Amino acid sequence: MNPTSLLVFDALLLLSIVGLAWASLATTDARRCVILFMAFGLVLAVAWGRLLAPDVALAEAAIGAGLSGALLLAAAHGQPRPLPPESTNAPRNHGAAGVGVVLRWAVTLLCTALAGTLAWALLQVFSSTPHDMLPGAISENLAASGVSNPVTAVLLNFRAYDTLLELAVLLSAVLGIFALGQANPGYQPAGPVFDGLVRWLVPVLILTAGYLLWVGAHAPGGAFQAGAMLAAAGVVLRLAGRSRIGLPDGFVLRIVMAAGVGVFLLVGLALLLLGRPFLGYPPAWAGALILLIETAAMLSIAATLVLAFLGGQPQSTGVKAAADRQCEGISRC
Amino acid sequence: MLTTQILYALTGCVIVALGLRGALLHASLLQRIVAINVMGAGVFLLLIAVAYRGPGLAPDPVPHALVLTGIVVAVSATALALALTRRLQAEQDDD
Repeated sequence: MNPTSLLVFDALLLLSIVGLAWASLATTDARRCVILFMAFGLVLAVAWGRLLAPDVALAEAAIGAGLSGALLLAAAHGQPRPLPPESTNAPRNHGAAGVGVVLRWAVTLLCTALAGTLAWALLQVFSSTPHDMLPGAISENLAASGVSNPVTAVLLNFRAYDTLLELAVLLSAVLGIFALGQANPGYQPAGPVFDGLVRWLVPVLILTAGYLLWVGAHAPGGAFQAGAMLAAAGVVLRLAGRSRIGLPDGFVLRIVMAAGVGVFLLVGLALLLLGRPFLGYPPAWAGALILLIETAAMLSIAATLVLAFLGGQPQSTGVKAAADRQCEGISRC
Repeated sequence: MLTTQILYALTGCVIVALGLRGALLHASLLQRIVAINVMGAGVFLLLIAVAYRGPGLAPDPVPHALVLTGIVVAVSATALALALTRRLQAEQDDD
């Protein structure tokens, strides 16, 4: 492609990114806001592809647009239509009708100033001479990392602490969701067409998850994208009205939720016992250890995202059966 | 300086500002959560633009790994925020 047509493509892409973000935030209809946000995420995934970031593009399409969209759409279902417009609470709080307008302009001005400052700082960075210390160090040590995809090498080897803490963040988020209440009530059983689609889609999603996990060692993919695919299978099953959506019960579920952080920590501690630094894999074992950690992380990420979509702790089948029996006893519930 | 890099990075700045404005001004909690996600996407755009080194050259993988982590953290924070919103609305409906 010649540079001019590529520039036209860039301009169109960036215009649609800004346009979709603007439209998503300007509407007062919750469902429209969420759907425009999902479109924004998908166009963004194209931009990641354009900037040679295929790992990020996969994650954005699966998580940023897909699962975030599903979560937000489920939440938008309970919202009033139309939503209250911008800053309606401002005049009430300040007692004067004019304050709302002044506040809006002040905030707009502040945000414009922030964008200007950011842009100025970035242009300073771009105009200074680049010193590629990190990319150089990564390409020099890639052979010893156990994988050949540099992004996976950074995530699971060079900056493994970040990923360990990220899995801890995921675990604490799902514990917070559990603390806030019960899961949403399920959906109606799907009709025959959707049910047939689900029977095809779920195995394909599981297979894709396995493929992405394996291929992440040397090509775009990895635990996050694979976990998102598995979670998508759970969400599809949930939408089809299945009560068992592949999640184990009680204690096993807790093990799966904690598996990502747990296996990561166990590997790190075992290496300490062997006299190596924390998470400093021996090069000969690095590939296998990374695959082990990624498998556990994929299961945890998938369980976390499905539980987030459920919006709380699923009722275990034993408790539910007991509740049903109790209901039958009372006979009118 | 690469034109592509600058174009994408400047768009990132605009998206950050748009998202921040929405997060500060919207009355609906759901839209505030969407706005914060938009702001995060703007930061990701900045980082990926910084990592880009031109056609045919391998980009810097460190910002890519940061953004991947960021996407997963953003979705878990969104899920927690939505659960909080649901609880808040349930409490208000009880009053």
